[in-house]
Amino acid sequence: MLEIKNLHVSVEDKPILNGVDLKVNAGDLHAIMGPNGSGKSTLAHVIAGREIYEVTDGNITYNGKDLLSMDPEKRALEGVFMSYQYPAMIPGVNLAYFIKAAVNAIRKHRGEPEMDAVDFLSFIKEKLSQVKMDESYLKRAVNEGFSGGEKKRNEILQMLTLEPSLAVLDETDSGLDIDAIKIVADGVNKFRREDRAVIIITHYQRILQYMNPDKIHVLMDGRIVRSGGKKLANELEDKGYSWLEETVAA
Amino acid sequence: MLTIENQLSQEYKYGFITDIDQETIPPGLNEEVVKIISLKKNEPDWLLHWRLRAYKQWLKMEEPDWSMVKHDEIDYQAISYYSAPKSKDEGPKSLDEIDPELLKTYEKLGIPLEEQKMLAGVAVDAVFDSVSVATTFKEELEKVGVIFCSFSDAVKNHPELVRKYLGSVVPYTDNFYASLNSAVFSDGSFVYIPKNVRCPMELSTYFRINAANTGQFERTLIVADEGSYVSYLEGCTAPMRDENQLHAAVVELVAHKDATIKYSTVQNWYPGDPKTGKGGIYNFVTKRGSCLEKNAKISWTQVETGSAITWKYPSVILKGDNTVGEFYSVALTNNFQQADTGTKMIHMGKNTKSTIISKGISAGMGQNTYRGAVSILKNAENSRNYSQCDSLLIGDKCGAHTFPYIDVRNPSAQMEHEASTSAIGEDQIYYCNQRGISTEDAISMIVNGFCKKVFRELPMEFAVEAQKLMEVSLEGSVG
Repeated sequence: MLEIKNLHVSVEDKPILNGVDLKVNAGDLHAIMGPNGSGKSTLAHVIAGREIYEVTDGNITYNGKDLLSMDPEKRALEGVFMSYQYPAMIPGVNLAYFIKAAVNAIRKHRGEPEMDAVDFLSFIKEKLSQVKMDESYLKRAVNEGFSGGEKKRNEILQMLTLEPSLAVLDETDSGLDIDAIKIVADGVNKFRREDRAVIIITHYQRILQYMNPDKIHVLMDGRIVRSGGKKLANELEDKGYSWLEETVAA
Repeated sequence: MLTIENQLSQEYKYGFITDIDQETIPPGLNEEVVKIISLKKNEPDWLLHWRLRAYKQWLKMEEPDWSMVKHDEIDYQAISYYSAPKSKDEGPKSLDEIDPELLKTYEKLGIPLEEQKMLAGVAVDAVFDSVSVATTFKEELEKVGVIFCSFSDAVKNHPELVRKYLGSVVPYTDNFYASLNSAVFSDGSFVYIPKNVRCPMELSTYFRINAANTGQFERTLIVADEGSYVSYLEGCTAPMRDENQLHAAVVELVAHKDATIKYSTVQNWYPGDPKTGKGGIYNFVTKRGSCLEKNAKISWTQVETGSAITWKYPSVILKGDNTVGEFYSVALTNNFQQADTGTKMIHMGKNTKSTIISKGISAGMGQNTYRGAVSILKNAENSRNYSQCDSLLIGDKCGAHTFPYIDVRNPSAQMEHEASTSAIGEDQIYYCNQRGISTEDAISMIVNGFCKKVFRELPMEFAVEAQKLMEVSLEGSVG
């Protein structure tokens, strides 16, 4: 589904990613771990299409298409979803309106009829219950006054609602208590299907305890320095990233 | 990537010119011109004298220079002060007598008068250049005693009311533009709601400037007698012309005991060329309401998206005890537009209350100023004001300015003031894009969210219009 080859990315001439290779198949869940500043979030934003990142070398294909030639909106319409670490606030626009606009933009792109208010309401109610949010959120302005945990659940809600093919979750577990982590992990597990792929970006392995990642990659200094199974996460938890730093240097 | 500036430019769709026989007096202003206008309208002597006093006053005055707006000097001798569609001398008595070209114009503007006859709900008075051409629903309103007619008709048929209230809220000495208007006003709308009558429909006026080199100086006078209620809406458009056109209107509202007047404006005069800033309407308007007796309420709602320059401060004098004044405003300046707008709330009576919600949006090179004054006078025990002034910036070449003046002379007053300035962030656009929402839809969503508190004050059917207007006015502004 997604194939990243030799990806080099800079921000304001400062190199951040220095040759990332990654292949994610449909049905897979990959975790990308790494210390702060290793380029994890950059990778997520480059997949989503954020303007400020300059790809200096390499390419990304998504379902056989050149992902980097599409603007962010087109990527979203084609089924790429990103869960933000710090989602933007949109005062005065209620969540129901926002999600409905997104759902209908995507449905329109797929050639499906737009959903009316009544259908949308019953559709969203079911999704809300999956992430343990109540209906009152629909009337609140997008992310305004949301706690950290509410923001993350709201991102997962949107993932479940928009039904993308590829979901990239950027630090979806950061700052969450254990109950919230379980809700988020549960949402991801519900989302998984053999025609969908998930990339979860995280600093800690604790959220991975509630999921079954197919692969774990460690990103350091803009490169994937180690890939492995779930065991790798446990090792990192015990020994810390410095352990890998030493082995990489050696 | 789509940025905010590419998004904010679409052609002004009301820019057509109607080919119609017009009777226009030559440019220039002197006592003779004032007399001609009065004569053309067969006015009584008292009104002619009132005009002449205003003219003499105007000669002594100077253009105000305290606002933030900048423009080339206006040559008041280059403007024609009277222009009317040439039809029968006496003016139209029914829709059948109106020039079909004119009716087509109103259809283009989206006001099919023919249809409006059938659609219950909105009664329309249309002012084309300087004269009022059609008033629909006249009969139905007459049944409940509501008078809704052109200003000229009111002078003819209800002189006692006009004489009593004309200039009672905005005297002809008030300010430069108001004095000019008082001298040369050509027509406008007049409304009288009798005691304890709730006006059965929204009343509405559409103003249109068509002829070149003319100014439009209309006057609106609304009187709500004891215990009555009226909701009034005005809409405005003009053709695209290279030269600037002057619009200096006066609106006076009088609310008696227990009466409520709700006045809504959707102003979409031609804003000038989006690339060069050439042309466009200078909109210098004086609007004021007086809550004369206790429990009266006056509420202004304005959506200002047009005009090269907007200079207006719809105000309320809270004279009676327990009176209420409200001002809800959305002002949008894109490209080279300038707006200096706000309100004055003058608290004189006890327990008077005022609310100000102002939302300014600047895009392109637009300059947007909120200027407001809240005065609590000595006898205004237990008065309250709440003000909220928010500015939204789109792009990095525009400006927002806020000048809230507060003058409190009674220690029991309660004042609240909130202000904010924000920008449409690339992060918000990116977030929307990432959810499949186009940049254009994202901006209109964010702007409408920003304006929500004001839009919900508009009558339903016009709230939808206002939202659409915002979208059109903002197109191409993403940079």
